[in-house]
Parts: sequence; structure tokens; C-alpha cells
Amino acid sequence: MSARWLMLLTGALVALAFVSLLAGSVWMTPGEVIRALGAPRDSLARLIVVEVRLPRVVLALLVGGVLGLSGAVLQGLLRNPLAEPGLLGVSSGASLGAVIAIYYGFAARFGLATPVFAMAVALVTAGVAFVLSWRGGTLSLILAGVAMSSIAGAGVSLALNLAPNPFAAYEIMTWLMGSLSDRSWDHVLLAGPFIVVGTGLLLLTGRALDALTLGEAQAESLGVHVGRARLFALLGTALGVGAATAVTGAIGFVGLVAPHIVRPLVGHRPGATLVPAAIVGALIVLAADLATRILDFGTEIHLGVFVSVIGAPFFLWLVLHVRRTAP
Amino acid sequence: MSDLVLQGITVRRGGRVVLDAADAHFAAGRLTVVIGPNGAGKSTLLEVAAGLLAAEAGSVTLGGEALSSLSRKALAKRRAYLPQNPRIDWAISVERVVALGLTAHLPAFGGLPGSWQPKIDAALARYDLADLRDRPATQLSGGELARVMLARATVGEPEVLIVDEPTSGLDPRHALDAGRRLRTLADCGCTVIVALHDLDLALRIADDVVVVKGAQIVGQGVAAAMFTDQMLGALYDVDARVIRQDSGTTIRFD
Repeated sequence: MSARWLMLLTGALVALAFVSLLAGSVWMTPGEVIRALGAPRDSLARLIVVEVRLPRVVLALLVGGVLGLSGAVLQGLLRNPLAEPGLLGVSSGASLGAVIAIYYGFAARFGLATPVFAMAVALVTAGVAFVLSWRGGTLSLILAGVAMSSIAGAGVSLALNLAPNPFAAYEIMTWLMGSLSDRSWDHVLLAGPFIVVGTGLLLLTGRALDALTLGEAQAESLGVHVGRARLFALLGTALGVGAATAVTGAIGFVGLVAPHIVRPLVGHRPGATLVPAAIVGALIVLAADLATRILDFGTEIHLGVFVSVIGAPFFLWLVLHVRRTAP
Repeated sequence: MSDLVLQGITVRRGGRVVLDAADAHFAAGRLTVVIGPNGAGKSTLLEVAAGLLAAEAGSVTLGGEALSSLSRKALAKRRAYLPQNPRIDWAISVERVVALGLTAHLPAFGGLPGSWQPKIDAALARYDLADLRDRPATQLSGGELARVMLARATVGEPEVLIVDEPTSGLDPRHALDAGRRLRTLADCGCTVIVALHDLDLALRIADDVVVVKGAQIVGQGVAAAMFTDQMLGALYDVDARVIRQDSGTTIRFD
């Protein structure tokens, strides 16, 4: 049952990724795209497909995948269907880092300053949250994460308030909306390794998440190292989601929604949701990015905004649904 | 045989001493009931005995081996532990819950080998859960959940089973049923340690009794020697009478 779903989801992902290569201001036929991959270096078709669209598709897959995966891991770890990657303060930390880079003009001086600063601050935020919760267990990890998230959020607001000129404020706002446009292989190379390592750490928690269905005491009694699973989940989220947010800006709701979509397909087993949630996360980001490119809203709708507009109503439905089915 | 022995156990929580140099001996293949008033330190004693809580001082040995020398997995294969009021958070099936009892037996990669399926089936049958096998575990009644948790704890055939208050929230029929099942386990050679507030049930099933009060072990021995008017009266600070009749023994508090 779940193997068939996995195949179906993977197939949909590959198909959508390919469609994503066709779409843009210039539509290409599948034949043109395939020919472009083998075309000489300086041909326009190759430039569009390999240098513009392909990195964007790869980033969408990486970012969406790690957001969905991290959401599934955190929901399993915290045994809470409303948990999501932003809860640990990683996304807000990344936003603050990016804002610092833009505010102080580093971003204007060298191109990758924004993602580098974002990643550094995301890691610092997650590290502080983890140190604060060192001896307290899962609940204190959530509280420390929420506290760090608020502090980073306050920093972003302060920067907007004190922005030296309207253009800086505009640039910060635009970055906060999250987007995949104008992302290059540099961004993929910057975020990719962190996302891959983070994904590896997150995937290692699967078995512990299954046992945690019974609560922390019983999971420990079954031979599971709950503290280590918590560390892997936090570190994996900090690296993966930190890097993802650093290159794309804040994209909410994917981590919250993706695990819920796949949970009924895998019999609600937390460990079994990880890979499908990653695939669905990638599907959501890829589809949303495609939608922002091909739907004409008159002005450009940012990816993060588009996902929130679709995601927020789902969140509302989720809250009502959980209240109705809660024991 | 593998006795579980606690020696000189001291545990402090938030600066407060919850166990003070406690010695307890849980004999192999016997059912030992731990009794005592609320807040006496019963649950802490059980957590230390299960190797889940590290004591500040003292040692815990299982069959002569220090618990701290066993790996998590090795310990998990030998002893099972059920906390008070167990909860299941996701709607996984009853069969899955029972299979989770074999977590320590999983290979490094991949799922549970098919050779374990008969054990899961047997545990489901033993606890009358065959019909509930596919039911989401979040939709069980208190009595059903108690049976599922016992099946989960015993599916790996542990040497030692430690259960904290298995009958809290159960009606008399289901409490009796849980007690009977624990008794059966002990009769089959498992070392069973149970914390109980239901003293009438304790009288029915206990081989031995460990009495905890004020962070100390104030008595331990065979059940008949521990269930006396003086011991119970001093333990709960109320007058107690143990009434032994042909129809069974009961305890009255005045």
C-alpha cells in the first residue's frame, strides 16, 4: 500500500520537475529542453535550461524536501500535529541573518552575503535554543525555540523600523516573502551540502519516532536514545532548514502541511511519514513555484506568499479537524 | 535465575530526596507488589529498577550484572516497563503498538523480520486482541488499552516486567483481569514488579510485598507477613484491619 503511494508520489515529482523546466517566460517543448541539455555551452537554449531553470528546480526539490522532512520529524518528536520547522527558531534566525546582511549593506557588496549571514544566524539561534533546553527535555526545547524565534522576530521588526531608507526596507520585505527567482548554481552549491547532511540526520530519527508514539518513558525503556534523537532532529533542522531558508527566504506551512497529507497513507506511523513527507514537501514547493511563474497576477507573487495564501486556510481546517477528532 | 537487586539507592529531584538509601530485592519468577502512600517514592523506585533513572548513589543488578553495564538494547530485551497512564499519540494500529515492543530486536537497518510475526500474533491472541488488531490505538477503551499495553510489554518475552499502577482508571472487572494476567506471567517464570494502590488486588496476586513510605523502604517480605493491621495502619496513618475469611481476605480502613 505505502510502497505504491511512494512510487506514485515519486513519479508525480519527476513529472512536475520536468514540466517546471519547460515553463517560463519562454515556453519550451520537451524536445527542445532535451536538445538544450546537449547543446553547445553558449547557446541561448542551454543557458536558459541549465543555468536558469535547472538550479531553480533543484533548489525547489531540496528546499521543499527538507522542509517536509523536518516537519514530519518534529511532529513525531514533539508528538504534536501542529509542530513545524519554524518552531525551533531556525527560520526566524535565518531571516534575522539575512536582514542583517541587507541592512548593513553586505548584500550589496558581495552576492552571497545574504544566504551566508542567514545560515550563520540560523545555526546560532538553534544552538542557543538547544543549550537553553540542555537538561529540560522536549517541552523546554519548544519553549526555548519559541523564545529564540520571538527574539529573532523582534530583531527583524527593529531593522524594518530603523531602515535607513525605503529601499532597504523594501529589500528586506521582499526577501522575507521567500522566492526562488534569480537563484543560481551558486545558491545550490551553498545550501546543498548542508541540506544533504541535515536530511541524513533527520532520516536517522525514524525508528525513535516510532517508539515515541508510546511516550518518552516507554521509548527509553524500549532501548531508544531519546536524547540523541532530539539532538539529531534539532541539528538536522538547523542545518537543513537553516540552509533552505537562507537561500530562498521564509517559506512557511510546507513543513506543517506535508506530514499531514501523507500520514493517513502510511497508517499514521511517524517513522514511515519521513520520506513521503519530504517528497510531498518538494511537490508543494515545486508546484507553487511553477504556479507563481505561469499564473498571471499582474504583478509578481512571491513563492512564500503564495504558499502561505494556500497554506493558511489548510491550517485553519487542520485546527478544526484536530479539535473534532481529538480524544 | 535473575534476581533484580537494588542497594543503597538515593535519588534527589529538585533538591528533594525522593529515595533515601533504599534496598530492595525482587526475586526471580515472583510477583512483587510495591505499596505505599502517594508521593512515597514508588514510581521513582520502579524507574530506578527499570534502569531509566540514574540514582545518585547505590547500585542496581540484574542476575548479578550491573544494569549500568548493559547497553540500552540489551537491557530493553531483558526488561519491559510500563509507566502510569500510558498514552498513544498517533492513530497507529493495535498490531503496530504490540510490534513496537520488539523495537530492541530490530536489525540495524530495515523492518522487523517476518520470523517475529508469530510472536506478535501470539501476544495478540493471549490478550484477546485478535479482533482489535487493525483498530487505531487512539480509539480504545481503558480496559482494551491496558491489555494492548501488556501485550506490547510482553511480546518480547522479557525476564523482568515492571508496571506502574496498571489498574488506575479501570473498573473492577478489568482491574481483576489485569491482575490475573500479571499473575499468569509470574507463574510462567517472569519476574513481575507492580506498584499498586488497590490493596485488595495486591492481596490476591502478590507473592512478595515491598513497602515504601517517606522515601524509604519500611518493610519487605512475603505478602502474608506484610499485610498486617500494624503495617498498613502505620503506612497510611489510618486504622486498618486485615479481615481473613473463607471467601477471601479483605482490608478495611476506618
